[in-house]
Amino acid sequence: MSFNRKDLLGLEHLDKTEIQTIIDSARPFKNMFTRSIKKAPALVGKTVVNLFYEPSTRTRTSFEVASKRLSADVVNIATATSSVVKGESLVDTAKTLEAMKADIIIIRHTLAGTPELLAKNLNASIINAGDGFHEHPTQGLLDLYTMYEKKKKIEGLKVLLVGDILHSRVAKSNIWALTKFGAKVRVAGPPTLIPGKISELGVEVFYNLDEAIKDVDVINILRIQMERQQENLFPSIHEYVELYQLTKERLAKAKPDVLIMHPGPMNRGIEITSEVADCSSAVINEQVTNGIAVRMAVLYLLAAARKGENYVHSN
Amino acid sequence: MSIQIKNINIVDPSTNTNKIGDIFIEDGKIVEKLSKPADEIIDGKDKTAFPGLIDVHSHVREPGQEEKETIKTGTRSAAKGGITTVFCMPNTKPVTDNAPSVEYILMKAQKEGKVNVFPIGCITKGSQGKELAEIGILKKAGIVAVSDDGQPVANSQIMRRALEYTKMFNLAVISHCEDKELARNGVMNAGKNSMIFGLRGIPNQSEEIMVSRDIMLCELTGGKLHIAHVSTAGSVELVRQAKKKGLNVTCETCPHYFTLTDDYVQNYDTNFKMNPPLRTQKDVDAIKEGLKDGTIDCIATDHAPHTLEEKNREFDTAPFGIIGFETLLSLTLNELVDKNILTLSEAIAKMTVNPAKIFSLDTRGSLKAGSAADVTIADLNHEYEFKKEDILSKSKNSPFIGRKFKGCAVMTIVGGKIVWTLKDGIIN
Repeated sequence: MSFNRKDLLGLEHLDKTEIQTIIDSARPFKNMFTRSIKKAPALVGKTVVNLFYEPSTRTRTSFEVASKRLSADVVNIATATSSVVKGESLVDTAKTLEAMKADIIIIRHTLAGTPELLAKNLNASIINAGDGFHEHPTQGLLDLYTMYEKKKKIEGLKVLLVGDILHSRVAKSNIWALTKFGAKVRVAGPPTLIPGKISELGVEVFYNLDEAIKDVDVINILRIQMERQQENLFPSIHEYVELYQLTKERLAKAKPDVLIMHPGPMNRGIEITSEVADCSSAVINEQVTNGIAVRMAVLYLLAAARKGENYVHSN
Repeated sequence: MSIQIKNINIVDPSTNTNKIGDIFIEDGKIVEKLSKPADEIIDGKDKTAFPGLIDVHSHVREPGQEEKETIKTGTRSAAKGGITTVFCMPNTKPVTDNAPSVEYILMKAQKEGKVNVFPIGCITKGSQGKELAEIGILKKAGIVAVSDDGQPVANSQIMRRALEYTKMFNLAVISHCEDKELARNGVMNAGKNSMIFGLRGIPNQSEEIMVSRDIMLCELTGGKLHIAHVSTAGSVELVRQAKKKGLNVTCETCPHYFTLTDDYVQNYDTNFKMNPPLRTQKDVDAIKEGLKDGTIDCIATDHAPHTLEEKNREFDTAPFGIIGFETLLSLTLNELVDKNILTLSEAIAKMTVNPAKIFSLDTRGSLKAGSAADVTIADLNHEYEFKKEDILSKSKNSPFIGRKFKGCAVMTIVGGKIVWTLKDGIIN
């Protein structure tokens, strides 16, 4: 098995084989979900901490369910962002958790690099559950898994990411995973929401969604955050909807068997119409199911690597 | 007290000297010859002497942030780096916008300092950018320049007035060039790396817009403008053109801007977080070119100590800045002289005669008879590793820990007194 790391901090530095190992390990876990007993004993006696400095329902619950299905003891800590600045430092909080013998700490934070900071300071395994605008590796993995399941092969797939690429860790993790597997990645959005250097990652940039959507196999719609308007990154939601909403009309230009994905939570009627979100091409709920399987695979592989204690340190 | 340094390789750019000879020191001054036999003779064999190094940009943090650095610790750190004069920026607590603050720093330096400490005063009251500070009174108290370092004067009218008003004192206005709106929330260079690391970027233009503005205001007023810590290719070119026009503009860069790029931010190590941020290889190359062709006049440290607790945190929330006194000379030697960007004499000029001229330090930056006896003695062949436990600064926030160097100071003489030697450390 070729996954021998202490932490999962991002997909940028994973090689294709490591990603493939995670995907392959997720499959048997997903098969388990249809059984009457959805539980495996792989993490019995292990303590997993969900340390969330940012609101999250989907990802936190997904990690919690994944940990419980592997028989781990799970602790959830939700901390308001303000305490990062005011009170105990992040490193101290995490060290306290480690002193309580947490084996795996899953961190979600508004600031990029916080999982690295913990990985440097702690012996516990760190899983990045989304850090600022940096990466959201398990989302990238579950998106890849879903595409794999539906399209059987990633190489040559035309995948379009739409929306706020600049502030999207999901986009970043998707791009790293997809380009490693030979997909042709496109991004579409207003120039203010697309980093100027993104083409250096091997993706094609479109400002016009109608052009970008032509003949694509997969569309991954990103959530648009209302506060970006206050930063003058676009003039109004009204105009954003006009230019970038995924509608049935626009969808007609994609391949007939196009997959529609969304990492959630969705703003129905803004980046996507309800009609599209609920159509047969949309696999948004399956992404959620797959997320649990992929996170189980990650937890399982990290715990297995810890057993050997011969894992590779991230930094 | 007199000293004779015998048979030493003397490199003194102020007099174009580059030869083996003797240096004589008596009563705190460099002299042609001693009036009686020397009290102390130093063997200069295989060593090189320069005029004591002058660092025109540092943060010694006292008063107000003594947990980071004090005049006592900061000047020891400088002495170890072969630096005999440090300019300290006014962003202390309270800021140096009043005579008592200047006097306090000078008094502390007198009592506890090991090297010369020259305060820089604020441009505006409270460094708020709204009203001019009492620059004339500050000058009387002993400042050598004015700056609102870190809080650049956003209002062009006020910057104009500062450049005009300081003319009567022949004081340089040191400008930290940054358009704060364009740089807002940025924590590293804007580019491919900031995109990948998910950190907000500070574009080169946030520096260059202000460099352009200040050059234009310098043209308008005829004031004396010194641009702090130049980090981008564009800034170098703007200063080059301004100098061609004959404007009264000078500038400095720091060793990290000719040594490191923003690639180093990849592990979110906050010792690579400073403002302006580390840029790209293209900028590093342009900085070197600017040093070579004389566009960049000075090499300064921007020594900015921060505690371990402040730095061991999220990249976004950690403060900007790194310490620099103890690596200034070695980095300059290894990155510029050894790589044939500058001759030894050209490199030393940027830390001696050039700053002395720009800031009118008449008796410093030279080994001419009559100069203050500030001398740096270096061993250009001494190989060592820069280790955390050897750092004399109170803070240890250096990106160069673990780096191997060849060449460093081995003895620092300030005002005719040996204050530090490599062998014995600080001399009390």
